[in-house]
Order: sequence, then structure tokens, then C-alpha cells
Amino acid sequence: MEQDTLVRLESIYTRFKKQEGNAISILQDIQDEFGYVPEDAVCWIAEASGIPESKFYGIVTFYAQFYQEPRGKNVVTTCCGTVCHVKGAHRVLFQIHEEITLPPGEDTTKDGLITIEKVACLGACSLAPVVVINDKVQGRMTPDKMVRQLRKLQEKKP
Amino acid sequence: MSREIVVNVCMDTGGIASGSLEVMEAFEAEFARAGLTASVEKHCKLHRVGCFGFCARDVLVNITIDGECITYQYIKPDMVERLVEEHILEGNPVVEWQVDQEYEDFYRLQQRVVLANNSKIDPENIREYIDIDGYGAINKVLREMTPADVIECVKASELRGRGGAGFPTGLKWEICARHKDPMRYLICNADEGDPGAFMDRSVIEGNPHSLIEGMSIGAYAIGAHTGYVYIRAEYPLAVERLNKALQQARDNGFLGKGIHGSGFDFDIKVKLGAGAFVCGEETALIASIEGERGMPRAKPPYPADKGLWGKPTIINNVETWANLPPIINNGAEWYAAIGSENSKGTKVFALTGKIKNTGLIEVPMGISLRDIIFDIGGGIEGGKLMKAVQTGGPSGGCIPQAHLDMRVDYDNLVNVGSMMGSGGMVVLDESDCMVNISRFFLEFTQAESCGKCTPCRIGTKRLLEILTRITEGEGRKGDIELLLDLANDIKDTSLCGLGMSAPNPVLSTIRYFRHEYEAHILHKHCPAKVCRKLLTFFIREDLCTGCGVCLKSCPAGAVSGTKKNPHHIDTSVCIKCGACYDVCKFKAVLKE
Repeated sequence: MEQDTLVRLESIYTRFKKQEGNAISILQDIQDEFGYVPEDAVCWIAEASGIPESKFYGIVTFYAQFYQEPRGKNVVTTCCGTVCHVKGAHRVLFQIHEEITLPPGEDTTKDGLITIEKVACLGACSLAPVVVINDKVQGRMTPDKMVRQLRKLQEKKP
Repeated sequence: MSREIVVNVCMDTGGIASGSLEVMEAFEAEFARAGLTASVEKHCKLHRVGCFGFCARDVLVNITIDGECITYQYIKPDMVERLVEEHILEGNPVVEWQVDQEYEDFYRLQQRVVLANNSKIDPENIREYIDIDGYGAINKVLREMTPADVIECVKASELRGRGGAGFPTGLKWEICARHKDPMRYLICNADEGDPGAFMDRSVIEGNPHSLIEGMSIGAYAIGAHTGYVYIRAEYPLAVERLNKALQQARDNGFLGKGIHGSGFDFDIKVKLGAGAFVCGEETALIASIEGERGMPRAKPPYPADKGLWGKPTIINNVETWANLPPIINNGAEWYAAIGSENSKGTKVFALTGKIKNTGLIEVPMGISLRDIIFDIGGGIEGGKLMKAVQTGGPSGGCIPQAHLDMRVDYDNLVNVGSMMGSGGMVVLDESDCMVNISRFFLEFTQAESCGKCTPCRIGTKRLLEILTRITEGEGRKGDIELLLDLANDIKDTSLCGLGMSAPNPVLSTIRYFRHEYEAHILHKHCPAKVCRKLLTFFIREDLCTGCGVCLKSCPAGAVSGTKKNPHHIDTSVCIKCGACYDVCKFKAVLKE
């Protein structure tokens, strides 16, 4: 493990001990720090804290919020709540997949530029269908608008 | 002569998505530009406030001059200059941007208790909550009431939990308060996971101090010194505002040691949910706070007896907590006078779907569905016919038009096969397929099933498989009976509320829309024309102008034709995505 990573992990672990955190809060801290939950980070924390690795793995795979792989530079989240569903979220989603090619079984493009994900409900139902692009909630999405947004993201490519 | 000017801009998640940040910035810029006049002659305040409720009209702006309030709708940043110039500086309201009669009608049947101050105060400024007598109820409780008095008052108000099951709040508290273990905990369930519900988010984003005050009242009543708010990480703005509010409350001595100058200690911690619907279930939520996988356990013992860290724990949801300050302030009798026989007070609903006036509404319990949908909601969008209203999220059911005159309360909703849930109300019209809706919910619950008990883990999977088959034209005779059998078994044998209520969407849609299931299974036909595998797309030559838009939109290359001549869809290539149907301006693309 790199020295830098080790320092970051040590500071997470110190914070955890001070605040009497738990397995979920350490994982949330790791994810905040690294953007995802790297396997070797978990192994290190497991060793240090005495909490078995299997417990961390159980939590990471249980909660939707944890990612085991690095995420793309841009994150496009399609809301698939009830209202978005009846107002055509699947058409937007279909268009996203027409526009962006993902490796089979993955949610991030090969170049790491875009991550595509779904969420159950964002609670912005009055604006359905809703898509969140890099933390910005965009309402009344249409397949056309979606294509324009995605192309904008792709042009950012260096 | 100085005038009191207040500008309120709707700044909840919905408002911000509609551009209220930009509107706010435009106001700031205009004020800076008009600086002299604004600051010297007048006392002018610019406010961010919570959700006004009528989200369909966002961005909403209130301009109040000397107590006279005018509301503007659909405000865009470039309209701000004129508002400042004409209304604020010259005193002439911009009539054509004001809200209309329909806006007034939206609020006519509403009664706002929990949301009363949402559009009035800045959620990030504790002073504004204090100025409207905020934290008055907790002071009254600490100085004039014993914990038993508080519980008696809540019992007399007949407040029932707003999170779904509707358990009497006062009774729950009493059980906990009586417990011999002196260490107790208090939890606010803000893990609003029901798709289609956003009232808890709006309360926290619009008036977080009302939640803090409600929790403080509860803590005093049951004798808890630590409270938790378990909130979804999917609500970043609500989390941010809640944390700010907690800090301000601590700075003012409203949380921490000896709150409000009394001898009572209470503080609140925030726990971020990690994205699991099942954590809305109280025992799963407790497991999650303890740092475990959020899996429910068998009840009893109930959390009021044995909850967080094995200690007696009270869990109520955001809306329930926010009801407490008004109950204490106005008295139990006042509250119990609102509502229907067995459901008192008001309920906040997220009114959404195929309806004209979408938004957040608060109505007295016992109001009819018809009043909600056709009066407040303004009826169905686009002149279509209403088919059903879905309440209670994935745990609820679909109520058909025939029950429109039903009075909405806890018991009536259960009687028609649905439930209150947290208060999502999604209106469906004739273009929605009920089998598809039922499949949608099962897809959700199946994915969210924690996997601990077999009926829910395997049962929801099988239900989903059968429903998928039906929507794809592979339905078999006997499927409906199989669904009913399986659904009832899952209901009877699951461990927690998620499994017990997961079959509700299936059962209620079969109960009221059995003919749609039969059409799919026996005739391979989707009456609402939603299930794609059962549809064929074609172009009517007499209506097609040959504009070529459908040809460009087709991702499969199934559309052919030349400019200004009728186009044609090759059904053997068509992937039935519906793109051509969506883009055709001449309604020449049909699906059957």
C-alpha cells in the first residue's frame, strides 16, 4: 500500500476511535475519502480494528450506497421512482444506454468518464422524470434533452 | 418613510431543480444594483424558504410589502429585474406573473399544521423560527408540564404515527416511559424510502427546527437524553439543513446540557442511511444505527421495550415529530377536533403523477379522494380519464375510480386494500397499465428484500417472475390464481412489514383490475398499450407528412421512407422502443 493511502487510512481510523463509530461509519468515511471502498483499505482497517473483513463485506454488499469500484468522473443518476416510471423514465434510460456504451455488467464507461446508475426515488416527483447529473437535479427530462446533456459531458473529454 | 419588504424564494430540492438558486442570485444582484434605494429607504429582507407546496408552479416567489403578500409563479432569473423595478421599487405588482385562481383553489381545502410555516421562514436561520413562537412548546413543556402530562396530552390528541402503520403515538410513549430501564433512546425515522413520497424531506428542508422541537418534547416525555435522526443520504440538502439547524440549536442552548435553561439534558445525533429501503422498518433501522446490516428481527419485543442497544426506544417519523409543537401549543382538544373518527389531525400527502397540480398538500384526515384529486389536484393532466390512485408506495395498493368518494384515513385505506404509508399519492390515468404498475412495485420490493426470511426473499422473486411473464405475453391460464395464492402466503408468513405488505400492489390490482390481467394472459393484449412486447408500431399513411423525424429518432433503423412521402415501420426490425411514437407531431405513429 502506498504511503499516502496509509496516512489517509490512519486518520480515518483515529477519527473512528475518537467518535466511537461503527462498521458502517468507517466504510462511509473510507468512501468519502477514496470515492469508493477499495478492498485493501478494508483489509487494513479490519486488521487495525479487529472487526472481521467478512462483516465489512456483508455491509458493503447490503447497502446500495457503497461502491466496490471507482466511479466515473461524471455520474448520471436516473430516478426510477413510481412517478418517474409512469412519466417515462424508462425511455430516458433507454436513450442513455443507446448513447453510452458500457462494458457488460459494469456501470462505468471504459475511459472512466461516465457512470450510469439508477435510484429508487429522489423525492422530486413533481418534476418527473428526474435525472441527476453530477449532483444537479434536472427535472422534466426527455430522451432528446438527455442526449444533449450526455454529449456535453462527453465533450469534456480531454 | 420606510417600508417592510420581504422576498421569499422557494428553495427546496424541487425549487432548486427548477432554477430557484439562479432566481435567488438574480434577486441578490438586483438588490445590489438597486442598493441605495433598497438599503437606505427600506428595510428589505431576501429569504430562502422551504417548499410552498405547489411544486408544479415553481419557481414560486412571495413578495410582501408592509404585510401585503403577492405570490408570483414560474419565475425565471430574467424576470427578476422587472419584479424589483416595478413591484419593490415602484410599488406596482406585475399582474401577469401573479398566481391565478387555480393557485388559490389549490390551498382552499388544505389545512396546514405541519407545513404551516414552510413558506414563511428561512430554514437556515433559527431566529426566524423563534420569531414565530418556535420553541415555545418545548418551553411550556419544560416549565409547566410533567412528562406524564405530556404523554396524556399526546394520547388525548389521538395522534397516530405518520410513518405508515398508524400506531397511536401517545400509547407507544407510555409503554416506553413505564419501562423500568432508565436508559432510553429516541429516534426520528427520516429514511423516507417510499418512491413517490417526499413530505419528510420537505419538512426537514423547510422547517428543521420544528422536528428538533418535536423530538425534544418527546425526549422529555419518555426521559431520553439522546436522540438520533436516521436520514437518507439521497437527501443531501435536507442533511445539510438539519445539521445547520442542530448546530444553531446547540449554540442557543436548545440542545445539550440543561436545554432551554432547564435541568433536562438532550442532544440529537444524525445517522446517514446507506441506501436500503428495508431500513424504514424500525428494527432494521435500529440494526443500521448499530452498524449492522439493516435486517429486521421478529417482534415482540417491540423497540419501546427493547430497541437501540437493547434499551427502550421510541421511533417516530418526521411528520409525527413535527406535529407535536402545534399539539402542545394549541392543546389536544384542538388537534382531536380535526380529522375523522379514528384518524385525527392532518396528513401531508405528496400528490403526484398524472395530475395537473402536483405538489405537497396537507389536508384534514377524512377528506374525500375526489376532493384531493379533482379539487386540490385540479383533475387529470391532458384531459385523460383517471384510472386509479396509488397510495402507500410499494406497501400500498391502487384504488380505482369507483372509490373516489371514500374518506381518506388510516382505516378506510386499509379496507380498500391499500394503506396510508408515508403519504405518497400517485394518480394514474387511462394510459397506465395496472399489470405493469404491479410489476414495477414488485421489481422494487424484490430488489429491496433483505433476504432474511424465505417468504419475502423467494416469494417476491417468484411474484416478479410471473408478472414479468404476463407483461411479456407469456402469461398462462391459472397465473392469476397462482399470484393470489402466493401473495397471500407471503403476506401471512413474512417476518417484517416489508414482506407482509409487498404483495399489496398485486392483490389490489387483481382485485380491481382483474380484466387487465385477463387481457394480457388470455388475449396477449395490453389495454393501456404500455407493455411493449405486446404492441405493434405502425404508421398511418394518410396522416404521415413524411417529415422524417421518426426515421431520425429510430435507434434500430426500422423506419424507412423518403422526404414528403409516407414512412413505413419494418416490424421485424422494430425493437418497440416507442421513440417514433413520442416524436411524431402528427399522431401518425400508432401502437396496437
